[in-house]
Amino acid sequence: MTGTPSGKRSVTELGSQMRSYYGRPIVKEPVWQPEIPFYLWTGGIGGASSVLHGVARLTGNHELAKRTLLIGAAADAVSPLLLISDLGRPERFLNMFRVFKVTSPMSVGSWILGVSGTASATAAALELLGLRGPMKWLAEAVSFVTGPPLATYTGALFANTAIPVWSEARDELPWLFGASASASAGAAALIATPAESAAPARRAAIGGSLAALGLAELMERKLGVVGEVYKQGDAGRYGKIAKAATAAGAALIATRGKRSRAAAALGGTLVLAGELALRWSVFRAGFQSAADPKYTVITQKERSRA
Amino acid sequence: MGSNMAENHPVGFQWVMEARERGAKVIHVDPRFTRTSAMATQWTGIRAGSDIAFLGGIVHYILEHDRWFHDYVVNYTNAPVIVRDDFRDTEDLDGFFSGWNRDEQAYDPETWQYEGMDMHAAAGGREKGFTAKSGHAAGEGGGGSALPHGEPPDEDPTLEHPRCVFQILKRHFARYTPEFVAKACGCSVEEFVAVADALCDSSGRERTSAIVYSVGWTQHTVGVQYIRTAAIVQLLLGNMGRPGGGILALRGHASIQGSTDIPTLYDILPGYLTMPHVGAYDDLAHYVDANTSRAGWWGNFGSYAVSLLKAYWGEHATKDNDFCFDYLPRIDQDNSIYKCVFDMFDGSVKGFFVVGENPAVGSSHAKLHRLAMAKLDWLVVRDLVDIESSSFWLDGPEIETGELETKQIATEVFFLPAASHVEKDGSFTNTQRLLQWHFKAVDPKDDCRSELWFYFHLGRLIRQKLADAKDERDRPILELTWDYPVAGDIEEPSADAVLAEINGWNAKHEPLSSYKELENDGSTACGCWIYCGVRAEGVNQAARKKPRWEQEHHTALEWAWAWPANRRIIYNRASADPDGKPWSERKRYVWWDEAEEKWTGIDVPDFDEEKRPDYVPPDDAKGPAAIAGNHPFIMQADGRGWLYAPHGLVDGPLPAHFEPDESPFRNPLYGQRANPARQQFDRPENPTNPAGSPAYPFVVTTYRLTEHHTAGGMSRSVPHLAELQPAMFVEVHPELAELRQLEHGGWATIVTTRAAIEARVLVTDRMKPRMVDGRRIHQVGLPYHWGSKGLTTGDAANDLSGLALDPNVHIQEVKAFTCDVRPGRRPRGADLPAFVERVRREAEGGDE
Amino acid sequence: MNATAERVGFFTDTSVCIGCKACEVACKEWNLVPEDGLVWTGDSYDNTSELGANTWRHVAFVEQRAPLRLDGDVATLDAEPMRWLMESDVCKHCTHAGCLDVCPTGALFRTEFGTVVVQEDVCNGCGYCVPACPFGVLDKRHLPRKPDDMPLQLPLLGKNEDGRVWKCTLCYDRLKGGHEPACAQACPTKSIQFGELDELRERADKRLEKLQAEQWNGARLYGRDEDDGVGGFGAFFLLLDEPEVYGLPPDPVVPTKHLPRLWASTALASAAVFAGVALAFLGGRE
Ligand SMILES: Nc1nc2c(c(=O)[nH]1)N[C@H]1C(S)=C(S)[C@@H](COP(=O)(O)OP(=O)(O)OC[C@H]3O[C@@H](n4cnc5c(=O)[nH]c(N)nc54)[C@H](O)[C@@H]3O)O[C@H]1N2
Ligand SMILES: Nc1nc2c(c(=O)[nH]1)N[C@H]1C(S)=C(S)[C@@H](COP(=O)(O)OP(=O)(O)OC[C@H]3O[C@@H](n4cnc5c(=O)[nH]c(N)nc54)[C@H](O)[C@@H]3O)O[C@H]1N2
Ligand code: SF4
Ligand code: SF4
Ligand code: SF4
Ligand code: SF4
Ligand code: SF4
Ligand SMILES: [Mo]
Repeated sequence: MTGTPSGKRSVTELGSQMRSYYGRPIVKEPVWQPEIPFYLWTGGIGGASSVLHGVARLTGNHELAKRTLLIGAAADAVSPLLLISDLGRPERFLNMFRVFKVTSPMSVGSWILGVSGTASATAAALELLGLRGPMKWLAEAVSFVTGPPLATYTGALFANTAIPVWSEARDELPWLFGASASASAGAAALIATPAESAAPARRAAIGGSLAALGLAELMERKLGVVGEVYKQGDAGRYGKIAKAATAAGAALIATRGKRSRAAAALGGTLVLAGELALRWSVFRAGFQSAADPKYTVITQKERSRA
Repeated sequence: MGSNMAENHPVGFQWVMEARERGAKVIHVDPRFTRTSAMATQWTGIRAGSDIAFLGGIVHYILEHDRWFHDYVVNYTNAPVIVRDDFRDTEDLDGFFSGWNRDEQAYDPETWQYEGMDMHAAAGGREKGFTAKSGHAAGEGGGGSALPHGEPPDEDPTLEHPRCVFQILKRHFARYTPEFVAKACGCSVEEFVAVADALCDSSGRERTSAIVYSVGWTQHTVGVQYIRTAAIVQLLLGNMGRPGGGILALRGHASIQGSTDIPTLYDILPGYLTMPHVGAYDDLAHYVDANTSRAGWWGNFGSYAVSLLKAYWGEHATKDNDFCFDYLPRIDQDNSIYKCVFDMFDGSVKGFFVVGENPAVGSSHAKLHRLAMAKLDWLVVRDLVDIESSSFWLDGPEIETGELETKQIATEVFFLPAASHVEKDGSFTNTQRLLQWHFKAVDPKDDCRSELWFYFHLGRLIRQKLADAKDERDRPILELTWDYPVAGDIEEPSADAVLAEINGWNAKHEPLSSYKELENDGSTACGCWIYCGVRAEGVNQAARKKPRWEQEHHTALEWAWAWPANRRIIYNRASADPDGKPWSERKRYVWWDEAEEKWTGIDVPDFDEEKRPDYVPPDDAKGPAAIAGNHPFIMQADGRGWLYAPHGLVDGPLPAHFEPDESPFRNPLYGQRANPARQQFDRPENPTNPAGSPAYPFVVTTYRLTEHHTAGGMSRSVPHLAELQPAMFVEVHPELAELRQLEHGGWATIVTTRAAIEARVLVTDRMKPRMVDGRRIHQVGLPYHWGSKGLTTGDAANDLSGLALDPNVHIQEVKAFTCDVRPGRRPRGADLPAFVERVRREAEGGDE
Repeated sequence: MNATAERVGFFTDTSVCIGCKACEVACKEWNLVPEDGLVWTGDSYDNTSELGANTWRHVAFVEQRAPLRLDGDVATLDAEPMRWLMESDVCKHCTHAGCLDVCPTGALFRTEFGTVVVQEDVCNGCGYCVPACPFGVLDKRHLPRKPDDMPLQLPLLGKNEDGRVWKCTLCYDRLKGGHEPACAQACPTKSIQFGELDELRERADKRLEKLQAEQWNGARLYGRDEDDGVGGFGAFFLLLDEPEVYGLPPDPVVPTKHLPRLWASTALASAAVFAGVALAFLGGRE
């Protein structure tokens, strides 16, 4: 075999026909580490759990409320650890709170996580100590209202980049992540809660799963050419797992979850796994769409033609 | 041509780009399409080693189409001069000039002389008992010194005499037609004509053209003749001594020009004075007489020589002892570096200083250098970093192949760390003869020391050891003036004091301001006559840094100092017509001011200030006074530019196309294939690829990259440079890649009869094959920067090349030789020499 | 943006770039940027490949079978015309800079010269600016950097590596001292022209006119237009082919352009989560 790896006979012929610079990426791949998709997942669980917990309280479902509060607090506690680990230098996490910038979903998100986390933690602590009172009430309220944005802002964070497969999905990502969050929070609660109090969790898990499946499908279709990365490589693999696990889990919960605690637990686990896989799928898709310059070029050429 | 200016002189190239932006045509003639070609308005690819054919074609074109500058040629060149009737041209003798001596394999230039003149030695010229073959060429030419006065005995201003230079030129280049050029160089007739036309169109009264060359021209067995051909072109077009004209040699290391002015060469003394030879001269008088030309500035040879002796031996140099003329060393043979390498190899040279060079990588046939150094008793290497030349005994290629064994190498190697140019004061003399002073920025670290420090203290210690030696032979050393002031705790000698000595002083020890003040009676001392004036009024003129825009003229005469006499363009009297008026207002530079009765202009006139344009020298005139008022080339005895060189060159008065020592082709013009006078070393250690051998079918040329410097000691050791070109590679055309199954990005092995090296493959159209003599010939491109040390290592291109030299200046032919290319990496260890041997055997059966 | 100084930037005219890489070296020398790996690529004479944490100037090389000019002058002579494009790339110092917008710590800021600079003592290595730059200029610094380093091979918690992002500062320190940037000063052919942006734009327009008059093949300005997706570049270019051939995005847009809409839909999504969960409670506990 002769000529260049690209099959061209010389670097000159290659240069004459190049539609990208030796096939190198135009935008950089994200530098985020494996912690991030896990964080998307835990953050989602934390956020949505706070909501479950809040409504449960209001509707007097204290069994569920207690469990979801603890789950949420736990998730909110892990999340910052994951982020800190991603930075490589723990002390640097504090810099997140130097400023508050609406133009930076990460800034906004950090504050939300900070507030929501502290709130859930306080509430959980008081709960375990068996203390009631305005203090706890306030903490629960705060965690309640900051829950939803915590579950969705990560969608905005991804969409607000130059990564084709993310930025082009800006209308779907927050919804997808929100749905995924509800599903996983529901699933987690379902596992932890005795059947007699678990119905809302069950419904949240099923509903969230269905929504997530639908939204993922919608997103891939709307993405057009760029969407193909969801069929390829890691993104494709995780995507398949996500769909399969979520669907199976949701189905199991729907059919047997009511009667068998075991089935509920298994279904819940499947949904949780499915949603984790979904986050990984989206995460890897970003890398893949950045690695091949054609996605950047195509989307931009189409845009300017439009 | 023969220069890759954008890559190797990028800072200077900014002016070429500016000229291009202002509408100048920029033409690049080069075997490869380089970064310079990419910037040029026209690139014309040719076969490496075919430039004389190309330039000769231009000469033919100029004469054929009457494009030559009549008034200039008739008055300023030796076109009208009549040559002896026993002169024979290569056209008559099928590739030889008259005077070829088969036994000596050298020319006797007797018959090349002007009519009515006997051969006579001149400054830097040849002396009896010292043949051309032993390699000694003329330096600067005090030519035709036998002239009774500036005028050659016999000339024909109508240029019609059959034996006048002009007619000889016509006949000599008659066969260099565009078609011949295309056939020999492998370019198209159209491309060639476009170049010739462009050159003629932008020459003449109103316009001038410059030719830029560098080592793409010099590194051939006919290198000097390449440049001679360019000189003929520029003289015919009237482009010499005029602004925007000339032939610009872009030189190499920062002060390589300085190291020929004040030479690191064995056969000349500072200012291009002849180095005396054993038995050649009995005494000073004879030496001076033999080297003084009766006309021109070499007429004052005596003053230059005596002043130099006074600078060397001060008060010890007196009239009675011939100013210590006997103290000067004598040459007994060719001591040029490549010859020395063989002497080292044979054991007759036992010690070697490697200072500011890296022959184990940088010198042609580097392998021979390493083998030779392994036979030395001692070797001193002074360098910024530990280089291949100081570590060949430990990790050189021969250690890997087993041809050398560290234990067996007796050479004692001393490595002495050197201070770099930012760690010491000193001057650079650049391509334009401009001396520019640089000041020390930081102190040298640890044991690093400047050259000045090293040689001064070395000399001091030697003199100490000899202090009470009675031996005659030690007096030259003991009586040397060796008293430079030192400063600081490392006792660094004062560079300024050295410059003062070079500039020279009179009896009252006052600084001289011009070489015109030099005397031959011992009243003046001067270390290098052409540098006299660099410290006029005791001020370091080289240190002047007044920017161009703060000066009256763009010639910026107050920026640094150019030798001689701060002249920026030499022979600039040629910028005015014979009557002294500028050829054109656009191009006015130096002219005769009738009112003031003197020469004036925007540069220092290169002419006696008061000599009238119509001055005719009296018969008894000597020296400069013997040059007529309308003859600008005042270093030549006849004051003319030489279209034809009656002597000064050992391989002929006119350039003729010869094939490189190694070439796939026969000579398309003559039975004689290559330059007969080329310097060869017919020895087993220096085999050559048989000419036309199918085993080595490709032309290979070697060159530089912007990203590295020469043998790499200064670039492969620097991360910010090493990362830019991090591997040795070979440039080949896709057709060749196909032919030899080479993979882009993969490895290739390049082999000659001497060695085989490996390199990464860069497949590019920039290495276009050429149609030469009806055959499609491929050219292989190799940068020569790599060696076994540094951050990026690789095989050295110079292991491939052999030793065939230009006979005038002993420069190796590394720009055009032959090779084969094979896919994949080279064999390792002992298999490598075996592989080379195998290919060599296959080579049996080449012609000649 | 602080109005104490005129906005400055670069006009990089690739039609006079000789590919000497003096800009790359000068930048590294002045800014103490480490060596970026000794990898021979075979991509013509480019062994730097791309901008990144350890490469703030990058000279691209593209060999082409195409004439430099279409005026026939030389093109007709050469049966197989050839040209060698060289372009020195750098941070664009965008008017609307994605990197700056998304930076959560305020490490990235707009200087009084209108340039975009990272404060290395503030940057916490969150990496958000990296995918937020439409030109892939920024990257995290890993020391020592190995050619085969992948983003996902970063050391985890506690490992003592740099981890911050680095990019062209437009020689902020030199500007403050009243000097021109190192790369511009080193450029022998004035391919890199530094100055006040407005003045540079005029110069560029004139230059383009001249080249088009001389029928240069594919001459165009890139990033000069003030109402493009990033509001015009502070460092813009004259190119001789499509941007993507040089590894540049054809029509870059700052991500935050869509932020308002993005926030809105995020808010709705949050509400939806809220509503969805609430719905889950209809129909009792079992
Ligand atoms: N960056 C950098 N600059 C340098 C140096 C360096 O190593 N690196 N070295 C310095 C030194 S020491 C020197 S001497 C100069 C040398 O400066 P150059 O002479 O420019 O250096 P080279 O690249 O060796 O050769 C120049 C060109 O000659 C071409 N060539 C080869 N054979 C022929 C031929 O037969 N005819 C013609 N017309 N062209 C031919 C080659 O393709 C090459 O492009 O550069 C100096 N400047
Ligand atoms: N094949 C091939 N071979 C060639 C050429 C070619 O074109 N092709 N070109 C030829 C030419 S033109 C040249 S000039 C030679 C160059 O070849 P060399 O001169 O042998 O190689 P350099 O690397 O220039 O060696 C200079 C050394 O001086 C050291 N140095 C720098 N400054 C100082 C100082 O102040 N003091 C001391 N003591 N040392 C210092 C540097 O570190 C470096 O190692 O190569 C020649 N060989
Ligand atoms: S390295 Fe020095 S001499 Fe060579 S081009 Fe650059 S500035 Fe000139
Ligand atoms: S080019 Fe990238 S890094 Fe530079 S200012 Fe624009 S967005 Fe920021
Ligand atoms: S990596 Fe540093 S500069 Fe980039 S966004 Fe994060 S904090 Fe800002
Ligand atoms: S402006 Fe300064 S930092 Fe930016 S590329 Fe040029 S030299 Fe480097
Ligand atoms: S310094 Fe100037 S000419 Fe050299 S590569 Fe950089 S931009 Fe091009
Ligand atoms: Mo050189």
